[in-house]
Amino acid sequence: MSRVRYEAQWYSLEPEESVLDGLLRQGVPVPHSCKAGVCQSCLMRAAAGAVPEKAQAGLKETLKARNYFLACSCWPEPGAELEVAGGGDELRVPARLESLERLSGGVLRVRLRPQAAFEYRAGQYLTLLRADGLARSYSVASLPREGALELHVRLLPGGAMSGWLSTEARPGDEVRIQGPAGDCFYLPGRPEQPLLLAGAGTGLSPLYGIARDALEQGHTGPIWLFHGAREPRGLYLVEELRALAERHGNFHYRPSVLEGRLGEGVHVGSLDALIRDECPKPVGWRAFLCGNPELVLSLRKKLFLAGLSMKDIHADAFLPSASGPGGAGATPRAPDASR
Amino acid sequence: MSTVYELLGGAKAMDAAVDLFYRKVLADERINHFFEDVDMERQAAKQKAFLTMVFGGPNNYTGMDMRKGHAHLVKRGLNDSHFNAVAEHLAGTLKDLGVAAPLIEQVIQTAESVRADVLNR
Ligand SMILES: Cc1cc2nc3c(=O)[nH]c(=O)nc-3n(C[C@H](O)[C@H](O)[C@H](O)COP(=O)(O)OP(=O)(O)OC[C@H]3O[C@@H](n4cnc5c(N)ncnc54)[C@H](O)[C@@H]3O)c2cc1C
Ligand code: HEM
Ligand code: FES
Repeated sequence: MSRVRYEAQWYSLEPEESVLDGLLRQGVPVPHSCKAGVCQSCLMRAAAGAVPEKAQAGLKETLKARNYFLACSCWPEPGAELEVAGGGDELRVPARLESLERLSGGVLRVRLRPQAAFEYRAGQYLTLLRADGLARSYSVASLPREGALELHVRLLPGGAMSGWLSTEARPGDEVRIQGPAGDCFYLPGRPEQPLLLAGAGTGLSPLYGIARDALEQGHTGPIWLFHGAREPRGLYLVEELRALAERHGNFHYRPSVLEGRLGEGVHVGSLDALIRDECPKPVGWRAFLCGNPELVLSLRKKLFLAGLSMKDIHADAFLPSASGPGGAGATPRAPDASR
Repeated sequence: MSTVYELLGGAKAMDAAVDLFYRKVLADERINHFFEDVDMERQAAKQKAFLTMVFGGPNNYTGMDMRKGHAHLVKRGLNDSHFNAVAEHLAGTLKDLGVAAPLIEQVIQTAESVRADVLNR
């Protein structure tokens, strides 16, 4: 049996139990969301005891060096003792909601203003924390020079965070943000390399940032943006993206829906068939894939097989929050949140 | 004699080799079901360990590790025909990288030397 010391108290862990699950099981509220080592909302710092290597996977070197680790991916050796110095609080920056507006029936644009320095690259993601500790990851659609951070939040029935944002949250409300994380961003240096950006739903958020960032940094090669939705009303920012394509000859915007009528410049059919038609030989390209995990993983495999190099494929799968002891966040879960 | 690993340029060259090899494996209906992992990066890291080993690069794998590492695949039916397919892609990858035939032969022999361990015989 291993033990964890958290906020001046010792908690024992069952065999095979992560630090996060152990604390949640014993009623300790700890922010978390994906339970898969991706969102980083369960970040903690160890004061004493060995941190398994796996618990630091994906963290920045500076955080690793300071003994930060992800509680959901931390399984101490049997018999080991780990003392936690604190949660990720010291890394969290206060921010104020600036505006909340609908971009479409199912997508909310949330603008927030950090109250302290928050450096990021367009396309990375952050963790948004409500005052009570509820935590969810969102990709950033804005560019650093724009001042306010822009998020695109898909409204989910019974969604704890998206529901709160769409009904109760008001401009001026205080939240906290943590991050950024992720390697979905534009790197200058190869301005002629073709870029392939693809995502469905709010997967557009980071792609919107990456495409504009690349254009502003003088990218000269073709930039293809494929945005998929189930139905036409699932598409958003259509006019803005069309206008961007008018201004930049190398930017190609291809909206696509699974169901709907042909016409109006929207493709009907699967996103991956459209990509294959438009970009039949993507060898040597760079790709950014964001949004629905199944789509992201299947596109990634297809593009790899089509000749893209593994290191040139950047993917952010929007993993849903995982339920477990203690619920989806630091608060009770909605009754229908049963997965 | 220098190893294929050194000849190709060491650790730096492994990413290109992994891309080529993993692409062949994933496209091969005979064996790709063994490699379907939602986490392609983790899977690629393992391919890298595999290639580094058979190319004669630094590794600490023992025959016992090979037994343990593939036992769950043998349970799923891993047999000589699959081994042969992997060896084929190994040779194909080296050919694509412009490695000369005698050296390819050397790599295939290294692979052959662990056949019994991989197949848990
Ligand atoms: C790296 C990363 C980046 C992300 N970026 C974004 C982003 O830019 N925009 C965005 O909208 N979301 C993004 N997400 C997802 C986001 O973090 C939340 O999971 C999502 O907003 C749902 O939170 P919620 O509290 O509203 O719903 P929850 O209370 O967590 O869930 C409500 C119900 O909906 C179900 N559910 C959750 N997700 C899905 C889904 N995808 N499809 C179907 N049912 C689901 C749950 O199982 C539950 O039953 C990202 C996730 C990750 C890991
Ligand atoms: C030529 C002989 C082979 C050698 C030297 C070899 C070597 C290796 C090595 C070093 C690893 C990484 C282990 C780890 O670090 O976890 C590995 C993993 C793996 N090998 Fe092999 N391998 C061989 C043949 C095969 C064959 C024939 C197959 C199937 C057709 C196969 C399928 C796999 C798979 C699927 C994994 C990943 C296992 C997992 O995800 O747990 N290997 N192999
Ligand atoms: S990284 Fe631990 S809950 Fe997401």
